[in-house]
Amino acid sequence: MGFALALEQAGVPTVPVSTHVFARLAKATALTAGMPTVRSVFVPQPVVGRTASELRAYIEGTDPVLKQPFMKGVLDGLTQPLNDEDLKGATFERSTPRLLEPDTEDNLRQLFIENGWTDYLPIILPTEERVEQMLKGTSLAGDRIVGRMRPTSFREFWEFDIEKVAVNAVMAGARPDYLPIILACAASGISARSSSTTSWATISVVNGPIRNEIGMNSGVGALGPYNLANATIGRAYSLVSQNVQGGSVPGDTYMGTLGNNWNYTACFAEAEERSPWSPFHVDNGFKPTDSTVSMFFGGWYTMSGFGPRETWKEKFIRCLLGTDHYSPPLIVMDPIVARAFVDLGFTKQSLIEWCAENARMPARNYWDDQWVTTLVRPHAVAGVEPYASRLKAAPDDLINIFTPNDIKIVVMGGETQGAFKMLSGRFSTRGPGTENKNNPTGLIDVWR
Amino acid sequence: MAGKITVHDPRGYPPKVTGKRLANRPESLDGKVLYLIDCLFDNADVFMEQMRLWFAEHMPSVTTRIIRPRESWVDDPEMRAKVVAEGDVAIIGVGL
Repeated sequence: MGFALALEQAGVPTVPVSTHVFARLAKATALTAGMPTVRSVFVPQPVVGRTASELRAYIEGTDPVLKQPFMKGVLDGLTQPLNDEDLKGATFERSTPRLLEPDTEDNLRQLFIENGWTDYLPIILPTEERVEQMLKGTSLAGDRIVGRMRPTSFREFWEFDIEKVAVNAVMAGARPDYLPIILACAASGISARSSSTTSWATISVVNGPIRNEIGMNSGVGALGPYNLANATIGRAYSLVSQNVQGGSVPGDTYMGTLGNNWNYTACFAEAEERSPWSPFHVDNGFKPTDSTVSMFFGGWYTMSGFGPRETWKEKFIRCLLGTDHYSPPLIVMDPIVARAFVDLGFTKQSLIEWCAENARMPARNYWDDQWVTTLVRPHAVAGVEPYASRLKAAPDDLINIFTPNDIKIVVMGGETQGAFKMLSGRFSTRGPGTENKNNPTGLIDVWR
Repeated sequence: MAGKITVHDPRGYPPKVTGKRLANRPESLDGKVLYLIDCLFDNADVFMEQMRLWFAEHMPSVTTRIIRPRESWVDDPEMRAKVVAEGDVAIIGVGL
């Protein structure tokens, strides 16, 4: 849609083609771009997996949204004269008030639910007093702009300040001393409520002294609902995301077909004191005394296991190959597992390199994936390595599906079992892609 | 006001929307250059090839050219400039 709008502005009549399930999204995107009469046409969902003859039938068939021959819509869209609405577009301003009209608690709770401002679990209503109290969690002014966020790369950015983050933190049940972490998550600009059809979530990992200062849990049940800080920081980041980016409404600003339970809350702390390795943030250039939060865009799959037992190599390879390889793994391991790998002679980095070296699959399988095809193939065609070599490989050739940079390891858990998980988690700043890039670890201390 | 409370609005600040006009349309496509922009989603290339074949069969006076941006979801100013400089109309699609 963005290309189409840009071409129209440059004087080239353009018709964007979408599948019918994106009709509302296409309309909303065109409206907020100021060009509501853009001449969109639609074919049935899906296009992926359809043969050439089936797609030809779409072209010669009926537009399921406009209820007319598809090609009539295309040809009319390119040639029909403009009307007044086409010529002027749509100019408007929207505002979000600082405060809502006074009402009863029951009515306000209902208003928040009806407006899609909650995750449908009970919230704490953000009264002036509660928000004022929350703002004591930072020395910074409430009207300071934190950043911009949007549900996907082709939507408009919305802006937000510290007070808006505090409002959502109150709603989530967070304490004021959690606010700097929530601000750091929000400042990343990465949404915890991506609208992607792939139902992403954003997992955040906290390192440094603040973990202990606020009592985060990196022990028994580290990934579960057993700690106020873990639970409410992740929930606050999620509520912040959906509300400051302009919504997370199915069919409009949320298109994830299956949804994702990590969207409720997904904030964890590394067990630095019990890990045999350096903390994650230190690996990424921060001091041990820095408090940081690292963002992992994923949450799509989870592989689990124990060990390392005698056949751990086969188990790890099965897990790595079982991932959806367009989303690299964040390996979360109990300290028992990490120490056992040390006993086997591994450092964190050498284990990562072993994983990258041994996660290999036939090129045919690697490329038979809609997101690898969509996102990686253009780079391969352009000659970017290692993708170009993967594309040159014969269909049965085994190719490495990850580079060492793709794979990250974080240690946490209560040592009640030698368990590990491989979570879908691309360590990357905002934007499309499949590989880890840049450094999305943010310093929490600047938000204190 | 008894029993009523005041709470904050949790939403962020949306940008101002500025109206933009559509491009002027040609009366017909005869003799025009039509760019078929393959947005790189899986199978979009097959769809655009079928679009090209449709025009070749039904409207052969239209010159069709398939073009692709360098990446999915990322603007490609160079590609857009080529379409603007050498094209009369465009069709772009299609994902999922």
